[in-house]
Amino acid sequence: MTVTLGRKVTEMKKSHIIAIVIIAACIALIIATAGDASTYVSFDQAYQMASTGNNTQIHVVGDLKKDEQGNILGIEKSQDNLSFSFILIDEHQKEQKVYYNEPMPPDFTRSEKVVVIGNYQNNDFVARKILLKCPSKYQEEKINAGI
Amino acid sequence: MHYFIGDLGHLFVIASFVTSLLSVFTYWKANSANSETKDQWLQNARVAFYLHSTAVIGVVTCLFIIIYNHYFEYHYAYSHSDSRLPLHYLISTFWNGQEGSFLLWIFWQAVLGIFLIRTQRAWEAPVMVVFGLVQAFLASMILGVVIPFINIKLGSSPFILLRDAIDDPIFKLQPDFIPKDGSGLNPLLQNYWMVIHPPTLFLGFALTLPPFAFCIAGLWQRKYSEWIKPALPWALLGAGILGLGILMGGYWAYETLNFGGYWNWDPVENAVYVPWLVLIASIHTMIIYKNSQAALKSAMILNISVFVLILYSTFLTRSGILGDASVHSFTDLGLSGQLLIYLLFFTVAAIFLAAIRWKEIPSSEKEASIYSREFWIFLGATTLCLMGFQVLLPTSIPVYNSLVELFGGESNLAPPADQIGFYSKFQLWFGVLVALISGTGQFFWWKRMEKEKLKKEILPPILISLIVFAIIISIAKVYEPAYVLLTLAGVYLIVSNLKVLSSVIKVNPSLSGGALAHIGIGMMLIGVMFSSGYSKVVSLNNTGMLISKDLPTEFNRDNLLLFINEPRTMGGYEIEYLGERVEPRKISGYVSKNDIDLTMDPYKVVARKDIEFKGKKILSEKDTFEINPENTYYEIELRRNGNVEALLFPRVQINPSMGGFVASPDIKRNIGRDLYTHVSLPMNREEEPEWSKLEEVQVRINQQFFVNDYVAVLEEVTRIHEIEGIQLSDEDVAVKAKIKVTGERNSYYSEPIFLIKDKTQVGRLPSEINDLGVRITLMNIHPESNEFSLGLNTRQKDWVIIKAMEKPLINILWLGTGVLMVGFSIAMIRRFKEFRN
Repeated sequence: MTVTLGRKVTEMKKSHIIAIVIIAACIALIIATAGDASTYVSFDQAYQMASTGNNTQIHVVGDLKKDEQGNILGIEKSQDNLSFSFILIDEHQKEQKVYYNEPMPPDFTRSEKVVVIGNYQNNDFVARKILLKCPSKYQEEKINAGI
Repeated sequence: MHYFIGDLGHLFVIASFVTSLLSVFTYWKANSANSETKDQWLQNARVAFYLHSTAVIGVVTCLFIIIYNHYFEYHYAYSHSDSRLPLHYLISTFWNGQEGSFLLWIFWQAVLGIFLIRTQRAWEAPVMVVFGLVQAFLASMILGVVIPFINIKLGSSPFILLRDAIDDPIFKLQPDFIPKDGSGLNPLLQNYWMVIHPPTLFLGFALTLPPFAFCIAGLWQRKYSEWIKPALPWALLGAGILGLGILMGGYWAYETLNFGGYWNWDPVENAVYVPWLVLIASIHTMIIYKNSQAALKSAMILNISVFVLILYSTFLTRSGILGDASVHSFTDLGLSGQLLIYLLFFTVAAIFLAAIRWKEIPSSEKEASIYSREFWIFLGATTLCLMGFQVLLPTSIPVYNSLVELFGGESNLAPPADQIGFYSKFQLWFGVLVALISGTGQFFWWKRMEKEKLKKEILPPILISLIVFAIIISIAKVYEPAYVLLTLAGVYLIVSNLKVLSSVIKVNPSLSGGALAHIGIGMMLIGVMFSSGYSKVVSLNNTGMLISKDLPTEFNRDNLLLFINEPRTMGGYEIEYLGERVEPRKISGYVSKNDIDLTMDPYKVVARKDIEFKGKKILSEKDTFEINPENTYYEIELRRNGNVEALLFPRVQINPSMGGFVASPDIKRNIGRDLYTHVSLPMNREEEPEWSKLEEVQVRINQQFFVNDYVAVLEEVTRIHEIEGIQLSDEDVAVKAKIKVTGERNSYYSEPIFLIKDKTQVGRLPSEINDLGVRITLMNIHPESNEFSLGLNTRQKDWVIIKAMEKPLINILWLGTGVLMVGFSIAMIRRFKEFRN
């Protein structure tokens, strides 16, 4: 009698241990996700992060610099077209030159908003990835009348 | 205007909603009725559900008639199709819109419902109550009815007229205006995978309903253990179909998109991956219960979770909450409230039901020993759930942000910057764990195993695994510790299951499903590890250039600039760009843009000469043929030691609805590795190129001269009587020169025209040779010396920028997928048979 009871106690413990391990794993995953999650920041905040030695990649949302006629200013392509840089104005109206080591996407100049993912390296922002939000990505509101 | 068909369709939508509620009510009554009235209620309920199914088929038929007959007065036909689409793409138009994909889902569930009515007499009433409720919620999404008084619009109908959907001034002037053509199906989706991938995926979604319905019915009817037997085969079928649907999506992405792989960890992909993992876990707990009456509660929790996760993923992808987080763009139909209620209703109801019955659910007293198979299966199921949980967390970041904002807080959390790196880092270790657990678990397959016997059983597979592993590692040169472990675990999983397979096949081949499925998983793990982990960019441009002098980092350029007919070396190949091509719609092959004349219809072109492709004549001179003008293919030749190894045709598609430009790769498939090449940047043809200053030469017939360093000959000058179809009067004089220019590979003809109209006006029509960057103008004719003045302009030669990657052993992934599917099928057939007996 006592023997079986004893066995049961130890086996109860085993299922408890499994439960504790699962809960611990879940918590660890939550912490790891929070740690690896990126943030949406302004250029100033991004600069601050980089200058304190924090090299994590962050998201900055902004608009391309345009003149009054709506022409985009400040795009510089490398001679071989393999990379380019542009000027992005963040939500606090800060202008920043952004470098991108890929050819300029053809729809780049038509985008309304640009999300850059990257970080500061010295005084320049280097984008690892660019997300474009083009007006045409959303469904048309007008029909091509007259067809 | 065809009002009738739309009104009829809408009537069917409303009818399907009402009849689904009716079937819920009647099945509910049938369930609680005493035996006398039960049959009557059941009869009524069946009629209600059959009526519902008929209405659903009616909706489907009406919508398809609208699409098939191009009734562009309807918004759905206008915004998703056009009159040029062939039949199979008209079918995929059907589920291109949100309303249509809901409809597809409803349709599959109606079909499954009929199957269940016919086969599950004992479970019919309670199961069909759940079915009816789900159908009612889904039907409400396409209801398109405004509730009076409170003025809330319920659902978005696919039968809405264009003039009601789009606020365009033309409808004020002309209420009956019908556009001549639709705005078309996104060309990216004009792909055979898009014809079969969505129905497969939605069938997978629909198949998660039967196990959930059986589980709820079991809880409700207090048949706590009996529900597993009918639910299990459906869960297996669902796991197979859903897995197939997911992989089809991955394969389509690999072939069509240019992110360089088959899986991007995009929230849309994650939203189906997580329920699939949990579904696999739930199947395993159900198998535990069938064999040893343990883990019943886990099986219930997981079955409910799968269905709730499917609803959650529907909410994520269709409510617009993902916003910036996903590359997929979804139009928000304003259904987020309705979707949330749908999600919360079933979540709360299922949890509530489980909670009030919790105490009554039998649970096994005995704990599983480490030497029992139950322990290992349970461990595996737990790992699968954690694996899903890890993906679910970051995918839900937008939801978390919305929740924080709902309570007045502020959250600027963004998804991980390097999605692929982030997810792979975790999923890789989960993969190792899953492989080790399921490899080991197989040794306990038959019976409880004692320590001594285990040692004897497990030793040979471990030794074989180590040998195979050592061979792979040394041949493939895998040194990354995590990849080494994953390879070892994958090999171990395959070897141990092969051992099981060999002994099972001798006893009873119908039991081999599990072993086969596990072998498939092992192959997929190894395939994924090699093709992703050792995917390397071969178009490396090792100039090590600084992109800015101020930047500390030097970048390797991943892209390669190719000028036409100028060979470069890349990844052991000699690579040469040969020019732009179009693809005839109905003939297989590609045609050079130099060999076609355009017509007024952008979809029709005329061959300038007989056209050959790979040595076979595909078109004759003057043949008119159809093309897709939005697609341009860039012919690229790969040579090794002077022998042509492959011709690649990566594609660039002008696609306004995807932001203007979409590049699709062409893949050279070898047994051991795929070479994956796509265009990063094509030349912009709309931009006027920079021409050199005009240079003039005077030549006689058959005299050679040089243009842009190519040899050219003026072959003849003839008088012509019409220019581009315009007849000239007798007064006018027009002559055409024919100049042959010999390029690196081909000879080209330039045919400039010199025109004197009404005796005084001089016109010159220059002629351009695109490939060579040459433009020739016939400037003047000198009859006195029999000479002709030619004006020569040159520009930079045509170019294209490409990126190429190598994907080793990707075929093991596809092969593994096939093995997994065979495994699922065998297991499913076994369980259906078991149920029938």
